[in-house]
Amino acid sequence: MPAQSVKFYQVGSRAVGNRLLDAELRTEQSSADRRNSITSGHRACQGCGEALGARYVLDTAARVTGGRLVTVNATGCLEVFSTPYPESAWQVPWLHSLFANAASVASGVAAALEAQGRTDIRVLAQGGDGGTVDIGFACLSGMFERGDDVLFVCYDNEAYMNTGVQRSGATPAYARTATTEAVGPIPGSRPGQGKDLPRIAMAHEIPYVATATVAELRDLEAKVEKAMSMRGPRYLHVLVPCPLGWGSAPAETVRLARLAQRSGLFPVFEAEHGEVTSVLPIRDRIPVEEYLRPQRRYAHLFNDPPRTDLIERIQQIADRNVARYHLNPHEAPRETPLEISHEEGA
Amino acid sequence: MRRQLEGSRAIAETVARCRPGVIPAYPITPQTHIVEALGTMVRKGTLTSCRFLTVESEFAAMSAAIGASLTGSRVYTATSSQGLLYMTEAVFNAAGLGAPIVMTVANRAIGAPINIWNDQSDSMALRDSGWIQLHAPDNQAAADLHVLAFRLAEELSVPVMVCVDGFVLTHAFEPIDVPEQEIVDAVLPPYRPRQVLDPDAPVTIGAMVGPDAFTEVKYLADHALRSAPAVFERIAAEFADAVGAPQRRACCVQDYSTTGADTVVVALGSVTGTLRDVVDSVEGVGVLTVTMYRPFPAEQVRAALAGARRIVVLERALASGAGGIVTSDVRSALAGLDVPVHTVIAGLGGRPIGAASLRELLTRPGLGDVTFLDLREDVIDRELGREAVHETDRETAYETDREPVAERDGQPAIEFDREAAGEFDRELDSQPALEPAGEFDREPAGEPAGA
Amino acid sequence: MDTPFAITLGPGSSSVNRTGTWRTERPVYVDRLPPCNQACPAGENVQGWLYTAEEGDYQTAWRQLVAANPFPAVMGRVCYHPCETACNRAQLDHAVGINSVEEFLGDEAIRRGWVLPTPAPDTGKRVLVVGAGPSGLSAAYQLCMLGHHVEIRDSAARPGGMMRYAIPTFRLPRDVLDAEIDRLLALGIDFRPNTPVTDLTAEHGFDAVFLAVGAQLAHRAYVPAAQSARILDALELLGDTAAGGRPLLGRTVAVYGGGNTAMDAARTARRLGADEAIIVYRRTRERMPANDIEVTDALEEGIRMKWLSTVKHADVGVLTIERMELDEKGVPQPTGELEELRADALVLALGQDVDHTLVDTLPGVRVEGGVVQVDGHMMTGYPGVFAGGDMVPSARSVTVAIGHGAAAARNIDAWLRGTVATPEPEREVATFERLNTWYYSDAPETVRPRLDAARRVSDFAEVTGRLDVDTALYEARRCMSCGNCFGCDNCYGVCPDNAIVKVRTGHGYAIDLDYCKGCALCVTECPAGAIDMIPEPD
Repeated sequence: MPAQSVKFYQVGSRAVGNRLLDAELRTEQSSADRRNSITSGHRACQGCGEALGARYVLDTAARVTGGRLVTVNATGCLEVFSTPYPESAWQVPWLHSLFANAASVASGVAAALEAQGRTDIRVLAQGGDGGTVDIGFACLSGMFERGDDVLFVCYDNEAYMNTGVQRSGATPAYARTATTEAVGPIPGSRPGQGKDLPRIAMAHEIPYVATATVAELRDLEAKVEKAMSMRGPRYLHVLVPCPLGWGSAPAETVRLARLAQRSGLFPVFEAEHGEVTSVLPIRDRIPVEEYLRPQRRYAHLFNDPPRTDLIERIQQIADRNVARYHLNPHEAPRETPLEISHEEGA
Repeated sequence: MRRQLEGSRAIAETVARCRPGVIPAYPITPQTHIVEALGTMVRKGTLTSCRFLTVESEFAAMSAAIGASLTGSRVYTATSSQGLLYMTEAVFNAAGLGAPIVMTVANRAIGAPINIWNDQSDSMALRDSGWIQLHAPDNQAAADLHVLAFRLAEELSVPVMVCVDGFVLTHAFEPIDVPEQEIVDAVLPPYRPRQVLDPDAPVTIGAMVGPDAFTEVKYLADHALRSAPAVFERIAAEFADAVGAPQRRACCVQDYSTTGADTVVVALGSVTGTLRDVVDSVEGVGVLTVTMYRPFPAEQVRAALAGARRIVVLERALASGAGGIVTSDVRSALAGLDVPVHTVIAGLGGRPIGAASLRELLTRPGLGDVTFLDLREDVIDRELGREAVHETDRETAYETDREPVAERDGQPAIEFDREAAGEFDRELDSQPALEPAGEFDREPAGEPAGA
Repeated sequence: MDTPFAITLGPGSSSVNRTGTWRTERPVYVDRLPPCNQACPAGENVQGWLYTAEEGDYQTAWRQLVAANPFPAVMGRVCYHPCETACNRAQLDHAVGINSVEEFLGDEAIRRGWVLPTPAPDTGKRVLVVGAGPSGLSAAYQLCMLGHHVEIRDSAARPGGMMRYAIPTFRLPRDVLDAEIDRLLALGIDFRPNTPVTDLTAEHGFDAVFLAVGAQLAHRAYVPAAQSARILDALELLGDTAAGGRPLLGRTVAVYGGGNTAMDAARTARRLGADEAIIVYRRTRERMPANDIEVTDALEEGIRMKWLSTVKHADVGVLTIERMELDEKGVPQPTGELEELRADALVLALGQDVDHTLVDTLPGVRVEGGVVQVDGHMMTGYPGVFAGGDMVPSARSVTVAIGHGAAAARNIDAWLRGTVATPEPEREVATFERLNTWYYSDAPETVRPRLDAARRVSDFAEVTGRLDVDTALYEARRCMSCGNCFGCDNCYGVCPDNAIVKVRTGHGYAIDLDYCKGCALCVTECPAGAIDMIPEPD
């Protein structure tokens, strides 16, 4: 008989909680007395991935810091839906200044705390992908290179959702947005554009860079905990599906985040001082089509006849991620980097 | 104790004695000497409990200042010109959030064309950003005003800009008494923030405010700002007592020889010194120095100008398409009084404002609405003539001094006055990067220019 | 702090904004019927006791189990576990080894001497149970639990019926059987062995009767045979063997029939020393009534199968076999092609019939197709006389019999109280499509150890081994808790509006309708499919 281990827990570590696990092994989110750093009554859309991601991140950060935490928030959905006068959803100290400057404001906060000798209080800055990869990029890069003691969290929903779904530097190839309509031979966002901010962050050789999704809670919490155990600039990039902008059912938010990871389109990994140190292996890889199809922003790929050429191009991107980060334990590492075709729309 | 000091150095030493907790800094001429000096003090440990943050832009500098200020630290930064404009969004934001930051603006022209020399276009552009604006007439005042600025900012929870004419003051060596530490400490108690990021008392700072309350927020901010003149004069008196020098008591506006004067010249900044010299030799002319420009001390201006029969506003900035900026404020302050207010645009982009030109101007029998001092008429005529195709349409809105400048005072004012500009020769010499011109907009980071 | 107006707000002040008004649908927790429970003829709450076993609380799990079935150790060995056939996990990897966990719990109970619950106070009612097979014992147990006095009579010397006299010991060791029956009888049930009941009208002093005499008459098919041909019934063979006898069969034994009894007989023949045992069956393997497990076990033990064959004639040492063909309807038809098959003995395993002479004298009782007819409440046409198990129309398995006994007990209890048992409310089935199987850990089933074939045929040792404490825990935790909350906190965790709160009652969670926006993320992410969306009431 194979030596079965009692470590088997029915839902293992995938579910939020697990009544079979010891309390100390459960997630922060499963706790009846979790902090709810962003509390009820906020005005996020139904099924908002960003509201979920922010609570996941901040609750853990607040726990591991014993509540000695202050936050800075860039302008964006998260800021707008959480703080319309006279109601704030935040239970943690929270400061919003501008769209572009969250990283710099956080640098100032960290500097003030250091000057005051209160470095027990930790600083967490957060923003959407626009406030991170586009307009806020210079400030973020400056925060990185100076070595400021800030964890910056990007909640990436892959477009400017607050202003009505316009393309950002994080919008993926062929995704329809209000500024990249799904018309013409190359519908949606152009392929070959956009920024890979986690890799750019790694190029700063900062202590910690990690990606995560709202579908892998335990992984996300572990990364927040690890990030908060370190000093210096740290960057966490969390994929947060947006039902409004992606054209998906509110109930599908977590599932889509999961499919993004399982397809290879969103590699989940962590890196220290510029080197990848671990990846979340793809448990059961799916073709990108399974991820794309439920999203109306990709509906133009599935007309009659479908744009199999473009779907294949997206598949190539996923394949390259899988090869680059060795995401699939069932696929042997490639000896040569995977090429993706660079012809427009091909 | 008075020492022969560069203006920037005096400002830096004064700021240091104000015990700032955080100084985000980004280099730009002619502000740079101030933050260089402060950075060195932090490095050397003479300025303790202070974090000096070398940020990547002025936008980041003001943003970091906001963050630090709302975390309960006293925050200082300095900028100039393009840098001030580059941080504009954050400048407004600091005021909106009530972050009592003190910032020196070493006044400099705004490009294009790019120009590193002094005028006040930069701070004028941000006069309505919600900050208190103080303009230093000389370097002693420049130093003193920083102490007052911190006290004023923190008492009102409003940020304060101390405007100092670039090069003219920042790079000028003068005997200056940097306020002693005990005096500064006496006038400036430790910072007690009105609101602060604190895990022990969490608040949400920077909420979104809609039509239901935005007007009230703005009304209250304006109300707070309008209390500044009275508070400023109280603090200034306290400071003057502390230093034991009544002549260093700052006022929102300072009159000079205005009693019985037929003409009063209104001006901001270092030019008021030249003006005082000039009016000493011109009968019936006085000077009104405006130190607090925002909020505009309208009542005090009106009181000071009540007896004058002619007002001349000397402006180091131009509201293109409109004329004088300060003039508008002065006219509003004098509403209902039948007194002509003339605008003189002078000293743009570092052009020296010579005493001779001023004397000629003030003794000229007739003065138009807007006069450009020392305008090179030959150049204007030539250039306008070159575009003669549309000449009939090209009636300038301004009544300019059409006399050839070269004929006045018998000296060619069109020549760039190297002597007058000599005070910043050192600056120029120290900057081999002057060529190509694009590079002196921002000094190369990490290179101690002029050190 | 004298904070500025509007720009600065108090923490958590959004709670005054009741976002529940956005909602057009609301989530509700449901308890769907897990397919295992639905499939269990004995009416076990399989998912329920697995839930407890998952926590390692085996005694409580056993108590939940025996609420429906007092023979877990027996059933863990002989049940054909339709629960596992129905198990949703089979669509993911392999069905949960429910049967093996049941056996483990049953054995643990015997080993540790766990006792059955205390029966309810005496109602003063007396019930006669005729037949001490699984159905009768099950009914007696349930009736006893309800506080009724039960007397069981059986014509045999020992209780157990077919469990004792038909199932080979290599499938069901008798010490296990004895332990579970003794524990049951020890509740205070009056068991009378060697007491056949012949005339119910002569019985007095009982308020109700439950008939469970089974189907113990071997079905007789006419097989032309030579006088000295060795022909015997499977039940006779199995009964003799179970009682310790070693009937002489010869070197080659043919078993005629395709049911489970045929398999047991063939396997027994091997253990009795037959070098060769051959099953002769007139249809194909696919159409064989025997359970697949039994067929597989038999094949492993070297038993040969002769499909599409009938025995035309039995002679000494040799059988004449006719090859059959399936017609369009799948009915075997003779082809006239004959062959000879060497066989020292022919064992007939052609089914069993009910001895219904007992009810023939009872007015109102109908017998159709050889079995006793009962109504929806398991009562015969004679008021107060109920019947169940193999003697009524049924699938005839021990598990079904146990279920009959329990159902009969419920109906008898209602009858005794002058009411009618109300059926359990219908519940919607927890189908596989409703599950979010992503969350379950990858886990192949635990295969119980088995004796290898060579070792098996050498004696009557039990073929299949048992789980241990750890593997039983593992196997229990493979349960996906279909349609029933198992406390994974997913709903609580994935709600972007913190609109799910933990409570100590019911499902452990409640929807905070003040804030629930109706996004249904909780529904999608519930692994067990235990939340439904329903339209918001007007």
